[in-house]
Amino acid sequence: MTNEAVQLPLPGLDQANRQWGYDYGRQIGKDRVVKNRSGIEIRPLYTPRDWAGESYLEDLGFPGQYPFTRGIYATMYRGRTWTQRQLIGLGTPEDYNQRVRRILEAGATAISLIPCNSGFRGIDCDEVDPILLGTCGTVVNTTEHMDVALAGVPLGTISTAMNDPSPFTLLAFTLGVAKRRGVPWTSITGTSNQSDYLSHFIANHMFYRLSLPGSRRVLLDHIEFCRKNVPNWNPVSIVGQHMQQAGATPAETMGFTLSTAMQYAQDCVERGMDIDFVLRRFTFFFDISISFFEEVAKFRAGRRIWARLARERLGAKDPSSWRFKFHAQTSGVDLTEQQPLNNIARVAVQAMAGIMGGLQSMHTDAYDEAIATPTEETARIAIATQNILREEAHLCDVIDPLGGSYFVETLTNQMEAEIEEVIAKIDNAGGMYKAADAGLVQTMIGQSALAFQERIESADQKVVGVNCYQIDEPADRRKPTERPDIERMKEHVARFKAYKDGRSQADVDRALDTLARAANSRHENIYERVVLAAESGVTHGEIVSCLRKELGFGHPLALA
Amino acid sequence: MRARTLFPPPRVLVTKIGLDGHDRGSRIVAAYLRDAGMEVIYTPPWQTISHVVKLALEEDVDVIGVSSLATDHLIVPDLLAQLRKAGLGHIGLLVGGIVPEDERAALLQAGVSAIFGPGSSRQQIVDHVAALAAKAREVLNSHLWEIAR
Repeated sequence: MTNEAVQLPLPGLDQANRQWGYDYGRQIGKDRVVKNRSGIEIRPLYTPRDWAGESYLEDLGFPGQYPFTRGIYATMYRGRTWTQRQLIGLGTPEDYNQRVRRILEAGATAISLIPCNSGFRGIDCDEVDPILLGTCGTVVNTTEHMDVALAGVPLGTISTAMNDPSPFTLLAFTLGVAKRRGVPWTSITGTSNQSDYLSHFIANHMFYRLSLPGSRRVLLDHIEFCRKNVPNWNPVSIVGQHMQQAGATPAETMGFTLSTAMQYAQDCVERGMDIDFVLRRFTFFFDISISFFEEVAKFRAGRRIWARLARERLGAKDPSSWRFKFHAQTSGVDLTEQQPLNNIARVAVQAMAGIMGGLQSMHTDAYDEAIATPTEETARIAIATQNILREEAHLCDVIDPLGGSYFVETLTNQMEAEIEEVIAKIDNAGGMYKAADAGLVQTMIGQSALAFQERIESADQKVVGVNCYQIDEPADRRKPTERPDIERMKEHVARFKAYKDGRSQADVDRALDTLARAANSRHENIYERVVLAAESGVTHGEIVSCLRKELGFGHPLALA
Repeated sequence: MRARTLFPPPRVLVTKIGLDGHDRGSRIVAAYLRDAGMEVIYTPPWQTISHVVKLALEEDVDVIGVSSLATDHLIVPDLLAQLRKAGLGHIGLLVGGIVPEDERAALLQAGVSAIFGPGSSRQQIVDHVAALAAKAREVLNSHLWEIAR
């Protein structure tokens, strides 16, 4: 890592290096200090004196081999390219179904479902001003709604990722639909995205619904239930994305995320679950910023640290538990409302960083994502960006193509050191749960967010079209916002009310009673009761409000 | 600038109404206003309109800043109407965040003083809020004088 560490016999190298240093200093005059977003100083040149591969096997190894720095599979994209998983969610279940079917007809093998913001708040569609419904996701409140949303979707063969925070009602509705259609739960694959309650508590207040201890319990019940009954489902996705979007630096983000993963793993072990049984199904979710090399190094370092933590600290024996599987999304934070077409270029660079970083699944943002929910046309451009990088730019031909770069390897080591420092801070605070409860993480993120904003305002960090290269944009060139048809949304809400009135109230009351009892008993699995309640026609809002009553409502810490 | 020396300092409520929880912007703006010497009342996201009206009354604020990044700006006109109904028509209201071009006019017509999108500077926001607070106090004072007469 340091200059002293490497002493390869390269005759003439040091002399040439000195000569370059002299020329560089003379020509550049007073050099500026360059730092990446994580605060690491970036020098103008890296050489074999910075990194010479002397501990190649311990630090890098081969793809598919511990510590997986070069990739978690032996074949990587040469064997199978990353999954293209675009987020979809809009309007009514009917609207969603139409779009999903078009995507499947176009050859997609994986889908996603983003529910309406009202769902994230834990309420049903009849509790909200209809003008706010379906603008950012689909309104799915019952098993009936899910049946409509997934009409014609072969549940046993298509992998579904759902933005489904605790108490995971969307999966419960999906399992109900599967039962109706005779699809065995063992064939269902996909991921409970947004299952990471700590990241919601800390950094993404879209999702927060239950008290911290309540969420902790429900997540463990959910993991236990899924591992037993839906074995090919990933019940946990640990989300670094929220923290980076809220302002954490890439190094902080990786540190917080790995600390969170350890917290969940340790909680599962304390519950009596086998570490390998659980870790095999852990997945991660990250933001990819436009800080290209920093992101590549973040992912490479993260992969290495996780492998070591899983093996050495958590004691996992199965190599598949050491694999750092992650989905990543190009960051919306870097996109600008100004000159929105420029975002296509930004997304391409972010996506390249993700690919060079070795991701397993990716969502590329549409260029209008800084303004509104993407239209079909802009979403198509986002997918085309991935196709171009794969097919035309040949980014899949070589595994870990930046591996061995003096710069990238040095930066990977430096990022690793930064990340480990963050993990140590969280360890000292008693682990991620305690650190979040005490507000430590939130304060760190708030400070980083403010510092980054100051860099933009002082134009230390340039943003094209925002603090440099501005142009006068005629307002009328922007396309009008697409919104769900308000009349159809009102009909959807009316049908939902009629559905509720038509149910057997006795069945609903019984299901909610059983759920409340489970919440107050140490020996019952809450999630099992959530699934049963969903089957009995209980709605999303009813399930969430019952659990809120029994387990407490979570007020996020308000730190300005 | 006169507004800068307002005494007591401007009281500003920074909040989010509706369903959106993206609060990075509202936190940063709250910190900006605080650092400029204003008294900031900051709420977490998802406040109801009636709660914001109640808070504005109890906290005696001069200005309300509503942050919206996910379509919640559509209910801002309703907030303005409820404020007027509660006799708080003097309070200045600005919006920050993402408001699509074709939806701006409706907000400005309803009485929103300004919409600060991405790229707005700290100085622009602070100056605007200070001026808005001064205006709110003037309106309120002239109103009180009328009542006194």
